Amino acid sequence: MNDMYGKGILKGLSVSLKRFIETYADDLKWIGKRYRTEEGIAHRSSKDGRGIFTIQYPEEKLPVPEEFRFVPLLVYDEGPDGEKIMRCTSCGICSRVCPPQCIWIVRSVDPATGRPFPDPAEFYVDADVCMNCGLCAEYCPFDAIKMDHDYELASFGRSLFDKARLAKPASYYETIRPVNSGRENAARAAKEAARSAAQAE
Amino acid sequence: MATPAPVAALNLSARFPGSVTADARPGYSGWIVEKGKLLEVTQALRDEFGCDYLSSVTGVDYLPEGKMEVVYQVYKTTGGPGLLVKVQVPRADPVEVPSVVSIYPGAELQEREIWDLFGIQFSGHPDLRRILMWEGFAGHPMRKDWKEAYYEEDGKPFKTRWPEGKHALAESKNPFGDNISYPAGFDPEKWIPEDAEKALYGALARYEVRDEAGLGTDHVIVNMGPQHPSTHGVFRIAVMLDGETVVSLKPVMGYLHRNHEKIGERNTFLMNMPYTDRLDYLSSMSNNFGYALAVEKLMNVRPPERAEYLRVMMAEMTRISNHLMAIGALTNDLGAYFTPMLYALEERELILDIFEAVSGARMMCNYFRFGGVARDLPEGTLQKIKDLFFERLPRRIDEIDRFLTENEIIRARGIGQGVLTAEDAIKYSAAGPLLRASGIPYDVRRAEPYSIYDRFDFEVCVRQNGDIYDRLMIRFDEIRQSLRIIQQAVKQLPEGPVAAVKPAYQVRVPAGEAYGRVEGPKGELGFYVISNGKPSPWRYHVRAPSFINLTAFGPMCTGQKIADVVAVLGSIDIVLGEVDR
Repeated sequence: MNDMYGKGILKGLSVSLKRFIETYADDLKWIGKRYRTEEGIAHRSSKDGRGIFTIQYPEEKLPVPEEFRFVPLLVYDEGPDGEKIMRCTSCGICSRVCPPQCIWIVRSVDPATGRPFPDPAEFYVDADVCMNCGLCAEYCPFDAIKMDHDYELASFGRSLFDKARLAKPASYYETIRPVNSGRENAARAAKEAARSAAQAE
Repeated sequence: MATPAPVAALNLSARFPGSVTADARPGYSGWIVEKGKLLEVTQALRDEFGCDYLSSVTGVDYLPEGKMEVVYQVYKTTGGPGLLVKVQVPRADPVEVPSVVSIYPGAELQEREIWDLFGIQFSGHPDLRRILMWEGFAGHPMRKDWKEAYYEEDGKPFKTRWPEGKHALAESKNPFGDNISYPAGFDPEKWIPEDAEKALYGALARYEVRDEAGLGTDHVIVNMGPQHPSTHGVFRIAVMLDGETVVSLKPVMGYLHRNHEKIGERNTFLMNMPYTDRLDYLSSMSNNFGYALAVEKLMNVRPPERAEYLRVMMAEMTRISNHLMAIGALTNDLGAYFTPMLYALEERELILDIFEAVSGARMMCNYFRFGGVARDLPEGTLQKIKDLFFERLPRRIDEIDRFLTENEIIRARGIGQGVLTAEDAIKYSAAGPLLRASGIPYDVRRAEPYSIYDRFDFEVCVRQNGDIYDRLMIRFDEIRQSLRIIQQAVKQLPEGPVAAVKPAYQVRVPAGEAYGRVEGPKGELGFYVISNGKPSPWRYHVRAPSFINLTAFGPMCTGQKIADVVAVLGSIDIVLGEVDR
């Protein structure tokens, strides 16, 4: 098989050469659209993409899929007067399911009655400890804690996220996860309808 | 060849009346051997009963009963389920068990690990030193009464987190305060470590192969690593050289050790799932698979059909992406600097895109749940999978194959180098591509089919020479077989639910033991889990193929030139996250 020494190397180099030429061939074919356009980025990582493959971060960014998860956020609904209604009821399931135990919750206590009430007084996610596993979002019964898409979190200090930093409006959550939030909203509406029907009886 | 008798039917207590009894604890299986008879029984297991392969050895600390146990898993390389053999010793000082290294040399590193983490001494072990912790470390961390720095409670969830979760940074607790204690009269400032290095180099000399006829020459000791670009992570190799030739070699590891198993025993069963991602971080889906199988055995649930197919698809995608990485890294080690690596990484990136779309993360997938998977395929993902695995990858794998395998340099450096014979591969408990490249067609997917692997048409890849080149080529073969499996799975993928049980953050796991094993990309990946009915596992052990495959590393390199050590290591394909755990 090896009749000529170096044939295998030449064969390999021809693959490199092919890729080199393909890069420029595609550059010409896609002139003006190959870089820094959504279409170009999608094409480069599709089954037909050839030649150069890299994405020039941060000028270009790969789109993240809906399920992408990176550090939790707390969803709040906006009331008619623009007030923030936290969905969180400080039930503590997220902090109990969290594998590295990075969620810290202080439950609110009504000073008048001494009874706990839903909205958490303090809510911390230690983002340095968070392993982005997404279990908190998966097991939250109130659709209150969800995983964010914002991955550019580099900082010079510790990243201890408090309630103000974590809280994001439901409208934002709906833009990053349209399919999931649609499904959850429908389920909640159905539950609500069933409850009001039961009350009416 | 006659069909081997199934191991489950072996009656050890009839062969050794009085000294071997069946393990009768509820939920347990296997045999309990009297300590004094261990060597005799293991010898008989290997020679009379044909259990030639020692898959894993591990310790268990039964603190409430005042006992320690060593658990051996043995198999026949002709296939079939395995056999558990256990030795129980009182939890006295010192805890001592005879070493089985003389019968199963594959136990060498594992017994060292048990000594290190459990403090069980193996009498007759040729080189019983600490392996993951450093020399001079006080205590044995896997013992149930050992507490780590920053210890909070025996099990998660910690009570400080809710409802009075006043946050405090871990480092705000003074690390030199109450959670570190020194022996009386010990001053850390004046402490000079004992001769840990001398012990290591002494061990090298013990394994030295002497040239009796030649001139008496001085040997040179060379340390490669822990910061060495070719060792795939923080891994150190101590080599003793005669000129350029390796006379003995010892791997030194533990630089990435975080005591995964101890963390696992503090975690609840579910919490362990994302931690398994971090073992072999290049193939997290496979790690999930093994752990899910072990716990599902205890819980006695089976995932629904669609989930089974999704699991198999994900596990095979993982195998392809891991092998692409292995091929790239190995050619890197052979001097083909980074071009083949990047060609392989391109295809791997596309597989990771699918993982990201399905599970939410490229590498730390955390996709499996007990009794199913976390979620169904999002819309459009199946089309992506079809594009990639039916069209692009078969073409691209052929291209990488064309690019590399006839290359004269790779052939010259690979063929006939770093040979591991079939007998040695079994002897040293090598697994996965390493075992199969040495001519042993052992693949857990066929030997003891799990999940739905019995439904697919694929071949167990095998190569005969056991050299570096064969270990490179077998990875191409396996990628092609995985493509076949994925293509069949996509075609057969049924509709339906993806979880058998309602998702719950607290799962009830009945008491007992279970060993779940899968054919991971690097070899047999096993999870040995013991539950006592509590929320956390009592024992959680990982049979890590990267770690155990290193047992054969020294013998494979002996007689080679020092430059080939790097290539041999590359051909084993280790990930330090799994080696050190």
